[in-house]
Amino acid sequence: MVAIKQISIFMENKPGRLVRAAKTLSDANVNIRALTIAEAGDFGVVRMVVDDTEKGYRVLRDAGFTVSETDVLAVEIKDTPGGLYEIADTLGENNVNMDYAYAFVTAKAERAMLILRVDDIKRATQVLTAAGVRMATRAEIQKI
Amino acid sequence: MPVEDLHKLQEDRLRSLVRFVYAHSAFYRQRFKEAGVAPDDIKELSDVTKLPFTTKLDLRDTYPTGMFCLPQNWVVRYHVSSGTTGKPTVVGYTQGDIEMWSESLARALTSVGLGRGDVMQVGYGYGLFTGGLGLHYGSERIGATVLPLGAGNTKRHIELMQDLGSTAIACTPSYFLYINEVAQEMGLSIRDDTKLKVGIFGAEPWSDETRKRIEDSTGIKAYDVYGTSEMSGPLCTECHRQDGIHIWADLFLIEVIDSKTGEQVEDGERGELVVTTLDKWAFPLVRYRMRDITILNSEPCECGRAHPRIMRILGRTDDMIVVRGINVFPSQVESVLMTIPEVGEHYQIIVDRKGPLDIMTVKVEVTEATFSDKIADLMSLSKRVSGELKDVLNLTAGVELVEPGTIPRSMGKAQHVIDKRKV
Repeated sequence: MVAIKQISIFMENKPGRLVRAAKTLSDANVNIRALTIAEAGDFGVVRMVVDDTEKGYRVLRDAGFTVSETDVLAVEIKDTPGGLYEIADTLGENNVNMDYAYAFVTAKAERAMLILRVDDIKRATQVLTAAGVRMATRAEIQKI
Repeated sequence: MPVEDLHKLQEDRLRSLVRFVYAHSAFYRQRFKEAGVAPDDIKELSDVTKLPFTTKLDLRDTYPTGMFCLPQNWVVRYHVSSGTTGKPTVVGYTQGDIEMWSESLARALTSVGLGRGDVMQVGYGYGLFTGGLGLHYGSERIGATVLPLGAGNTKRHIELMQDLGSTAIACTPSYFLYINEVAQEMGLSIRDDTKLKVGIFGAEPWSDETRKRIEDSTGIKAYDVYGTSEMSGPLCTECHRQDGIHIWADLFLIEVIDSKTGEQVEDGERGELVVTTLDKWAFPLVRYRMRDITILNSEPCECGRAHPRIMRILGRTDDMIVVRGINVFPSQVESVLMTIPEVGEHYQIIVDRKGPLDIMTVKVEVTEATFSDKIADLMSLSKRVSGELKDVLNLTAGVELVEPGTIPRSMGKAQHVIDKRKV
């Protein structure tokens, strides 16, 4: 299974909240690979992919945050024009809906990585694999 | 005791009380004179309406002991209320008054099936507040073993509950919810890991929905207790039927009145509770307006007791907030929230004013079990809460989802309303 775990944190939209979460992870020596914040007025959801998900989840939970784990895909995209188009097109053609996505570039930077939450993760994996798209495994994300 | 005999006893005691306060207190002589009533005018029970009301304001004006009817050398104890709504209130007890208080609560605890062999963990504050000592004496009176923990030190509560096998606890409902939360954090279940079976909850308004939540999550039976410091302290509870609080008619004469007109309302109608004490002497009450909103039920109870019942306190006349001209009781908001499992038990109502308009916002905690990573789910949760509040209150309220543990927990009375309006 190529799905990886993403950590989501419920957060009130107030100064200092994100700092506390970041500090909690930093103190536990957990490294954030990618992060995005979705905000909806008074509150927001912080989503992140970290090197050690289990540890990250545990320390955040112990620190009193409301956290959940979600299965997402880490899809490699060519860092050239049309990279995202190819992926979106493959999923669209096959009727898989994207709930949200966010991208990051790895240190080695030959490729960009797209974190993708879809409504049907199994089907998305199949169609992307068939289209020759590579997806990073958990071990790979840890090693980046 | 048959109802007729109870009424006869009440009549005798009312006559004695009126003569007693008239003879012993300048305050009451003055009040009776102003109302044009003399002790001899009180012949039967219905004559009680000829007597003037007394209020919290009178207590404040005669601070500290101007409404006492016996001198200090008769008084064996003082309690002093916190004075959240003004000056503190001083109440005093003779030895007999303490006995009456214990007796009243002992009957109540017996009516929920407690007795010798039970272990009562008292989680109300001890000291000047009447909750702790009241439950303490009442529980000793029925032969139960008392564990006088007081409020606070929650982990200790849970450890001793386990180690000494507490079967009953008395505290505020919000504190019990907090104890349950802490127990869960400690990896314990009150249902499976303790012997707790009964909770005596009061000192703040709570709802049937909260009762259901407490009972469902911990497996105990939750009973409402009533009694204010002016009346002595906690005095009366529901019986095992959980269908109204029995107010012992030989000890208290109760009326429910329309707050505006002062007229008695019919059984079954909402109104303000008025209490006259029938066996309390250092500091008796004559038609004291409690400012608690309730409903009187004089029908005999299925438990067999003839003593009248008051329905769960629906709020206080001074708890009520008026938002955009609509009366809102925190208990109404609580009832709505308790039916929505996705939000936690703790809440806060914030009222503010923007320009000419009142804005009411209800803060609720997102529970971890139901936290969804999708913004849309959270938005629809807050919309649902708002919609259900609107159905009940007829008022649009904003809903703010907050992180668990951020609404202040209380060991005593929870502060559910923050009114930021400048009046």
